[in-house]
Amino acid sequence: MGRRGPFVVALTIALAVVLLFLILPVVAIFVDAGPGELLRSLGSEQAREALWLSLRTTLAALAIIVLVGTPAAYLLATREFRGKAAVTTAIELPLVLPPAVAGIGLLAAFGPEGLFGAWLDDAGIELVLQTTGVIVALTFVAAPFYLRQAQAAFAAVDPNLLDAARTLGASEARAFARVAIPSAGAGISAGMALAWGRALGEFGATLMFAGSFPGITQTAPLAIFAEFATDFTAALALSAVLVAVSAALLLTVKLIGRTPLLGGVSA
Amino acid sequence: MSRAAAASLLLLVGAVGCGGGSDAEAEGDGRVIVSAASSLEPAFSTYAEAVGIDARQSFAGSDDLAAQIRQGVKPDLYAAANSSLPAELHADGLVTKPVVFASNELVLAAPAGSASTIGSLSDLARDGITIAIGDEGVPVGDYAREVLAGLGRPESEAILANVRSLEPDVAGIVGKLSQGAVDAGFVYITDVVAADGDLEAIELPARLEPEVAYGAAVVEGADNPKGAKEFIAGLLDGAGADALREAGFGPPPG
Repeated sequence: MGRRGPFVVALTIALAVVLLFLILPVVAIFVDAGPGELLRSLGSEQAREALWLSLRTTLAALAIIVLVGTPAAYLLATREFRGKAAVTTAIELPLVLPPAVAGIGLLAAFGPEGLFGAWLDDAGIELVLQTTGVIVALTFVAAPFYLRQAQAAFAAVDPNLLDAARTLGASEARAFARVAIPSAGAGISAGMALAWGRALGEFGATLMFAGSFPGITQTAPLAIFAEFATDFTAALALSAVLVAVSAALLLTVKLIGRTPLLGGVSA
Repeated sequence: MSRAAAASLLLLVGAVGCGGGSDAEAEGDGRVIVSAASSLEPAFSTYAEAVGIDARQSFAGSDDLAAQIRQGVKPDLYAAANSSLPAELHADGLVTKPVVFASNELVLAAPAGSASTIGSLSDLARDGITIAIGDEGVPVGDYAREVLAGLGRPESEAILANVRSLEPDVAGIVGKLSQGAVDAGFVYITDVVAADGDLEAIELPARLEPEVAYGAAVVEGADNPKGAKEFIAGLLDGAGADALREAGFGPPPG
């Protein structure tokens, strides 16, 4: 230690402050009411409905994101083209957009008075105040989290592996499915966990675009807000579930990050 | 991390700490922190500007603001879109005796130009009509339920079945209406005035109209109770009352 003593002490204090500040609100959620009351509150119809809706809508959004996002990320990771930097920036933008801006944007684009409102109406597609609208909002805010991770994961795949597959007669599509995806599996899974976590927490865009109705559009975060005024314990209980699920997702990301890239060409 | 970086971090923490200190002092001289119902936003903003009060106002559903006060948040002044929420807080010793300072009128609202779809309360029961109302506990939602309770059972049930969104405050209902996301909603006449032509109001039959009275109270343990009292006094008589009338609020009932 010696000369570096005070400096290390300062660093330790800083870390302690950071830790306390970030952990206290999370701990308070579990301590404020106690586990018994939290569990009882989760038995309520509204809480279960909200959690079930959150599960369904986030999984639907995640499926869309993975299905469309994976090939898109692969293209961005493996090809050079004019304006690629602009495209990458554009799809990352929702990452930093305030949720209220996302909500307004979705209304301006897909709302009944929006740019594509009449077109959607003609096609018989209803989004606003519908469960499908929730999925649209979740997809919008969560997709960039997946795209970024997947793009980085594909970029890290050894190009020699892909070349080897092609030399051995695999088509471009087959190399993508059999070599690139398994090789980038860890990064892709981490991206899925991050996107899922973001979708689970979505609040502002959902409220503005899809509204709030139990069983149809009131996801867990919206139910927390609705319960805040009427039943604080119920709001705490739902929050506790979201904390637990989010923590599990984060842990998954960390564990995936620790395992080395999966072999890949095993298929 | 370099020593310089660590030093600047400590400086930053110090600076933020000091900032908080001087902020607290500023609150002592004149600034009034106001928690008010969403529907009061235009009137209170005009009022604060007209008399040059340094008011830091936040607007949300009255019930959410009451819940914040129950959780220990201490604005100087609480103003709700009913008289029962302030009365409950008073009963629990959290605010002083509330004063009723204005009245409002609940109306049925529809996006402008939709008179053909929605002309009266009974149109709400038709198939395919979509409605937004306030959530339970939010004054504008409770008033709407009061109106529906005054109708016959089958009709009120048919209307409730058309409700598509339970909004946390009246601003949410206005937003859904002005975006054309719903066909109709229950809001206050002042919201229709503030929407500046985007919405049209359909008056409710007099026998169904709920009494809408706004209550305000000084929060116990607030930093600036004097400023809060003066703010309330101005709502009863003076620039605040003028701003309320201009926004469409009526005098306190009774």
